[in-house]
Amino acid sequence: MTMATITDASAVAEPQRWLLPEARSLEAVNEIVCAPLLDRSRWSWRAWWIGFCVSLLATGGFLVAVFLVLYRGIGIWGVNTTVVWGVAIANYVWWIGIGNAGTLISSMLLLMRQRWRASTNRFAEAMTLFAATIAGIFPIIHLGRPMYFYWLTPYPNTMHVWPQWRSALIWDFWAILSYILFSILFWYVGLIPDLATMRDRARTKLARSIYGAFALGWCGSARQWHAYEILHLALACLGVPLVVSLHSVVGMDFAASLMPGWQETIFPPYFVVGAMYSGFAMVVCLAALVRWGFRMEGLITIAHFDVMAKVMLAASIVMGISYGTEWFNAWYGGERADRSLLAFEFTGSYAPMFWALLLCNVVIPQAFWFGDVRRSIVGVFIIAIIINIGMWLERILIIWNTLSHDYMPSMWRLFLPTIWDWITTFGSLGLFALMYLVFVRLIPVVSMHEVRKLVAEETSS
Amino acid sequence: MTRLLLAEFRDQRGFNEAARRMNGSYGHVVEAFTPFPVETLPGMPDPPRSRIRPAMFAGGMIMAALAYGLEYYSAVVNYPYNSGGRPLNAWPTFMLVPFATGILLAAVCGFAVFLFETGLPQLSNPLFGVEGFDGASQDRFVLAVEPEERQDSRAATADLLRSCGAISVREVDR
Repeated sequence: MTMATITDASAVAEPQRWLLPEARSLEAVNEIVCAPLLDRSRWSWRAWWIGFCVSLLATGGFLVAVFLVLYRGIGIWGVNTTVVWGVAIANYVWWIGIGNAGTLISSMLLLMRQRWRASTNRFAEAMTLFAATIAGIFPIIHLGRPMYFYWLTPYPNTMHVWPQWRSALIWDFWAILSYILFSILFWYVGLIPDLATMRDRARTKLARSIYGAFALGWCGSARQWHAYEILHLALACLGVPLVVSLHSVVGMDFAASLMPGWQETIFPPYFVVGAMYSGFAMVVCLAALVRWGFRMEGLITIAHFDVMAKVMLAASIVMGISYGTEWFNAWYGGERADRSLLAFEFTGSYAPMFWALLLCNVVIPQAFWFGDVRRSIVGVFIIAIIINIGMWLERILIIWNTLSHDYMPSMWRLFLPTIWDWITTFGSLGLFALMYLVFVRLIPVVSMHEVRKLVAEETSS
Repeated sequence: MTRLLLAEFRDQRGFNEAARRMNGSYGHVVEAFTPFPVETLPGMPDPPRSRIRPAMFAGGMIMAALAYGLEYYSAVVNYPYNSGGRPLNAWPTFMLVPFATGILLAAVCGFAVFLFETGLPQLSNPLFGVEGFDGASQDRFVLAVEPEERQDSRAATADLLRSCGAISVREVDR
């Protein structure tokens, strides 16, 4: 068989994969996406209300924890003079990792012409916005004097003091700020044609006015689509390096230090892959929930879970190689502190968590080698949750292990989380869920115009 | 005032066919409204060269230069601070801020030029009042055709559009 024949065969077989028959007309796509938002009388929102109340409660806990840390100081956490970065910075790294993935997935898949992104990019990008917003809270509240966080910005002041541009923490500030604003713009641009659809389908004047205002008067003319495609693609081209730089900077927060286990050149790319890994896992969880909640079986298919599981499998292998590279370099470098830290990781007080991390991030995802697992939504969902737990453990242990076991044995101390560490952590999940639930109630969760294009391509072939 | 014919199609094939057959003999296509981006239609003038990308490039570079200039001014001119003998103009560590803010401003400039080129925001558009036009954002393909000046061409063009599958043909002011 020649290569041309193989290509032709795959070209014939490939269409029809990303949409089920019930979603293979333009109107069917519009109806599936818009009906829950515009025709609420026919739609049960019970599960949504339950989720909303639970997440509201968790958000309340988060707000109380944040208030308390601002009022009484970071002493309410388990931080001590040795482990000065506790759960807050681990949560920051975890959330910013998830926050990276939406824009990374969306823009990379757009540049690589992966058509299946059409069903997933909108809620992945929304995930980015909310996760990055939550991530931005943690570095501020972990400061001993959070009221001075604005000193990170260069503003005219009577002290004549400027930010220290050589500091990775300043890079963090600018990278996060630029990234969040960029992501909002990227997300909004992709949303404009869908807001016009909502405007034209809305039944109440209020809904028509609100969606219409945000649609800016979009009418879908050839001229508008031409400009839209240029802008969207150009933003995607800029999005990829921005995302990569953002999580590289987070890696640099650690790598620019002089601590054993942190001062490693592998950190920036290792953090970027970790971000993509945990982000994809979160997208899978959200995809399963959105599919179930909005009955979008026709738009988010088994094939989507299959392909996302393959990406997670690849990322788990890269993570495994990264861990192995770290261990090898610690041993091969011969530095006493590095070797001692490595032994501490495997056998020290946090060892059970470390082994659990390896199990969650490297071992269990190998189940994705099996097609039956990849095509089981429950299976992929459960493994995605496990990966998210594993990645959280990784973020925690990067901080706890190194800080608990650095150069000076007299400084070795453990981190013991307090109830407020846990409330802050789970509360941030509640805040994320709350923002996400509000999003799915108001804004189309799937990019209708991109799926409509997919429908046209699949049905014409 | 020029009168236009707005033809509404249920499927893309008839819409393309109508544009192809129109091709100057009956009239010419002046605009198309579709629920997703489509290839440029035959007979339609190519869209003008967009300035979005040049604007993004210029905006990004200017912002990056300004950000670097600020870093240079603060660290070298206004508040030189010897930190362990490190160079005052530590350009490798100064790169991130110009990079991140440059990309942000490139995006903002691109969006601004996008709005300018598309004429948005335009919340009030006479086309929104045309019956059936709201389908263009959902599942219909709408062709705006300017018929030839001949006396009988308006009816002939409308007939041609219907023969290609137009479910409605309406006359509107340009």
